Amino acid sequence: MAYSDKVIEHYEHPRNVGSFDKGDDTVGTGMVGAPACGDVMKLQIKVDPKTGLIEDARFKTYGCGSAIASSSLVTEWVKGKSLDEAMTIKNTQIAEELALPPVKIHCSILAEDAIKAAVQDYKTRHQS
Amino acid sequence: MTPHLPIYMDYGATTPVDPRVVDAMIPWLREHFGNPASRSHAWGWEAEEAVEKAREEVAALIHADPREIVWTSGATESNNLAIKGAAHFYASRGKHLVTVKTEHKAVLDTMRELERQGFEVTYLDVMENGLLDLDKFKAALRKDTILVSVMLVNNEIGVIQDIPAIGALCRERGIVLHTDAAQATGKVAIDLATLPVDLMSLASHKTYGPKGIGALYVRRKPRVRLEAQMHGGGHERGMRSGTLPTHQCVGMGKAFEIARLEMGTESERIRMLQQRLLAGIGKIEQVFINGDLERRVPHNVNASFNYVEGESLIMGVKGIAVSSGSACTSASLEPSYVLRALGRSDELAHSSLRMTIGRFTTENDIDTAVSLLQDRVAKLRELSPLWEMYKDGVDLSTIQWTAH
Repeated sequence: MAYSDKVIEHYEHPRNVGSFDKGDDTVGTGMVGAPACGDVMKLQIKVDPKTGLIEDARFKTYGCGSAIASSSLVTEWVKGKSLDEAMTIKNTQIAEELALPPVKIHCSILAEDAIKAAVQDYKTRHQS
Repeated sequence: MTPHLPIYMDYGATTPVDPRVVDAMIPWLREHFGNPASRSHAWGWEAEEAVEKAREEVAALIHADPREIVWTSGATESNNLAIKGAAHFYASRGKHLVTVKTEHKAVLDTMRELERQGFEVTYLDVMENGLLDLDKFKAALRKDTILVSVMLVNNEIGVIQDIPAIGALCRERGIVLHTDAAQATGKVAIDLATLPVDLMSLASHKTYGPKGIGALYVRRKPRVRLEAQMHGGGHERGMRSGTLPTHQCVGMGKAFEIARLEMGTESERIRMLQQRLLAGIGKIEQVFINGDLERRVPHNVNASFNYVEGESLIMGVKGIAVSSGSACTSASLEPSYVLRALGRSDELAHSSLRMTIGRFTTENDIDTAVSLLQDRVAKLRELSPLWEMYKDGVDLSTIQWTAH
């Protein structure tokens, strides 16, 4: 299967790989997917408590090149956004940016789900 | 065409055509273009002679009589002809067929078709090492079983089934045994003078011959009957009509001749390369070899690199041409059905790589592959949340995953 240049670029040079401390109060963690399906994405956001903006992000992904590229891309996109703005990122934008073929659309859906899960985790921790 | 060719380690998919085979084929594409079925002139006579000489070479590799060889377009057609042909011919004796879950799709899908036609098929599980449990096999045989199909060498994991024992059990019961030997010729010795197999599918392009040609061995003593699946001019004793492609037959004959003469020394060399490859990837943590290591052809290494997804690994090792056990590249999210049949976990089935080596593989190729794999697996594990969890001591089977 031929990959788009952007997928290959993210695969070769993934952005923001790594992990934040899960216990850190300024961190929200989302983990989506399942090994059985061949993709697991972990996305973490670090929120500036003063501004409420996402100041940094990290990811780790088990999955095909498109899954790795989708999660790498969204770590770049969420930075500088508010939580509500991050929630508006759509899988179709990810798929378009990376020129994903139809069989790889699920990778972009997973990346969107990962953002939502990370934001949700952060919000849940800051409800009280 | 690929502009920069990587190291070829996908001999299980197809082999390069041996240059000696190409040389043997060319004249039959040029001036010697006759139809081997033409009886009225020299063009036909010489083509027929070439086809019959090639038939003798195919028969010689498996110790058969040339009259037991039927030319086909390849192993898929051979499997179809053998299974449908025998099932249809012997349908009045019974409707039950037996095969194995790890067979090639050309066998499994043919069986599915026969189920639609009213036959009943038992698909047997294999043991963890990929081999058939003979007691379970014996228990699956019934009074109305007419045909069994078990492959000699598995295409994904390279394990060698115990065909002598399986054949003996079939013989006792008067059941026809078909064996797909597409991945076996030139890799294991086959002696049909003693091996109790009735029908055997053969491929050319897995044994350094051209694509588009294969053969079916059909035993004469005791005689096995088939219903033709391709009708027409009555070629190949009425079992397979269609003009014979002289150049293709000659190519397969030459390829099988080379295999017969060189198999002994070649297998030894390839076994050394396999050991080198196994030793190299064995240095990587959490690597599991799929399929039995003893009852296996030396040409195959199928390994699961735990916590690394197979497709991303293939993308990372683009300097070597390998294939993934997983069918991730298709729309399906299902991992390899063969690895699933071994009882491998989903993670391991999704993390597999098939490396198949052959005649033109060098020690240098193996060393390049090993260092590439060591490097890429390490990089992808840095990216893998599953690896991180494993290193943190988390038991992945206890996690509630959000399936999508």
